[in-house]
Amino acid sequence: MTTEARYSLYHPKWYRHPVSVWWWLSSWRFTKFVLRELTSVPVAIFSLLTLWQVRSLANGPEAYARFEAWMSTPLAIALNLLIFVAVLFHAQTWFHLAPKAMEVRLSGKRVPDLLIIVSNYIGWLVVSAVVAWLWLGR
Amino acid sequence: MADTITVSVSRYRPEQESEPTFQDYDVPLRDDWAILDALNHIKDAVDGSLSYRWSCRMGVCGSCGMMVNGEPTLTCAAFLSKYAPGPVRVEPLRYFPIVRDLVVDITSFMTKLKKVKPWIVREDEKPLSEGEYRQSPDELDTYKRYSMCINCLLCYSACPVIGLEPSFIGPAATALAQRYNLDSRDQGAAERLSILSQDDGMWQCTFVGECSEVCPKDVDPAGAIQRYKLTGAANWFKTMLPWASK
Amino acid sequence: MLKRMTPLLWFLFSAGGTVAALLFPVHVLVTGLLIPLGWIDAPGYDSVVSLVRHPLARLYLFVLISLPLFHGAHRFRYTLYDGLKLKHLHVPIVLICYGSALTGTVATGYFLWNFS
Repeated sequence: MTTEARYSLYHPKWYRHPVSVWWWLSSWRFTKFVLRELTSVPVAIFSLLTLWQVRSLANGPEAYARFEAWMSTPLAIALNLLIFVAVLFHAQTWFHLAPKAMEVRLSGKRVPDLLIIVSNYIGWLVVSAVVAWLWLGR
Repeated sequence: MADTITVSVSRYRPEQESEPTFQDYDVPLRDDWAILDALNHIKDAVDGSLSYRWSCRMGVCGSCGMMVNGEPTLTCAAFLSKYAPGPVRVEPLRYFPIVRDLVVDITSFMTKLKKVKPWIVREDEKPLSEGEYRQSPDELDTYKRYSMCINCLLCYSACPVIGLEPSFIGPAATALAQRYNLDSRDQGAAERLSILSQDDGMWQCTFVGECSEVCPKDVDPAGAIQRYKLTGAANWFKTMLPWASK
Repeated sequence: MLKRMTPLLWFLFSAGGTVAALLFPVHVLVTGLLIPLGWIDAPGYDSVVSLVRHPLARLYLFVLISLPLFHGAHRFRYTLYDGLKLKHLHVPIVLICYGSALTGTVATGYFLWNFS
């Protein structure tokens, strides 16, 4: 034995395994959870990119052209691809988990989870189509 | 199928060692045996010094929870043949202090459970002469799922937040609080909300969801906590904003 | 003070997550991939500006940008606590995360208000 016993307060003989900072690498389900949480970073980055887009719109056609030119660089496309994958992962996990926060009842009976998840996806498609239509020029 | 399977059991004898070690036992591989049967065989026929908890051996008492191959499991419900050819690793429930071998101390949970007042709280007790409290099947349905908890604590072992913040109130305690909050006979929802809104309450949960994955009774504590967060947020808006009606 | 705001911060996280889940995929796809790669014709500067000038469009953009910033800040804060066990640094973490989200939101509000 090379390590000392890890004491629990008032019970020196009870053993507590130390929790490593790499706990989330010990199982794929935990790693998937941390990856899901890390999508917060690409999401925040894209928010700022959109802010830049609005700002350059306000500053005139040359500024907007510079924005669009940067977005076409290989670095930007790679970044946006990463953001796209992250955002899709976020959306998929969000639609599957968010229904748990609200138990929807119609005339006293619980609406099954699958129905709520499917409606989330349908709503997503509808909203995306509307946004794309409005923006890309009716 | 082979005759035997190796069960690698975590042993901890505080009087002779300062940390847990593994001891291997070869156990008959019978297809009607669960891990618990293997442990009983070890204790009866091989090594009587092994310490562990069990009771009903049919998945309703919640006593026999342990880590089997790193997963929180009820050992009476996990068939030995599922782990063939082995070896199977059996360890005490994670994130609880180990008293001896496979026995852990669950006092922390008992304290947390008591904190959430898991009983019907009423401001006014109806006298017997006024009859019973009536509850429709739909009203029962709103909380029934959360009442199925057997306090096996597998969810605590599955929750990384419990590992990182041992004082977190945890999945089962919150699900049981919800069981009473949603009960039509109960009037203690406000009281429990203020208890669970404290530092080590429900807000520490990051919705990993593992608790619901390992729950043997399909209680879905993760869902209970998320619904409670929504209730807490709605309550915050009602009380914190200028048009609050207290 | 922060403890009393926990439910609000969680609510902003939730709202931001919903906005990001529903609306970011199409925005990233169009602005980040389809247009730069030339698979779709970019709408002209004038048509986009006239669309954005509309008060509803500016409100939409405000929500689109600011809520996910709070979502990201809240989630990242807890990822640092749990993923890297940095809870003891909660004071600088909280200040940096929510501070940036708030700064971003105020800047967004300012730019959109003065958009012309």
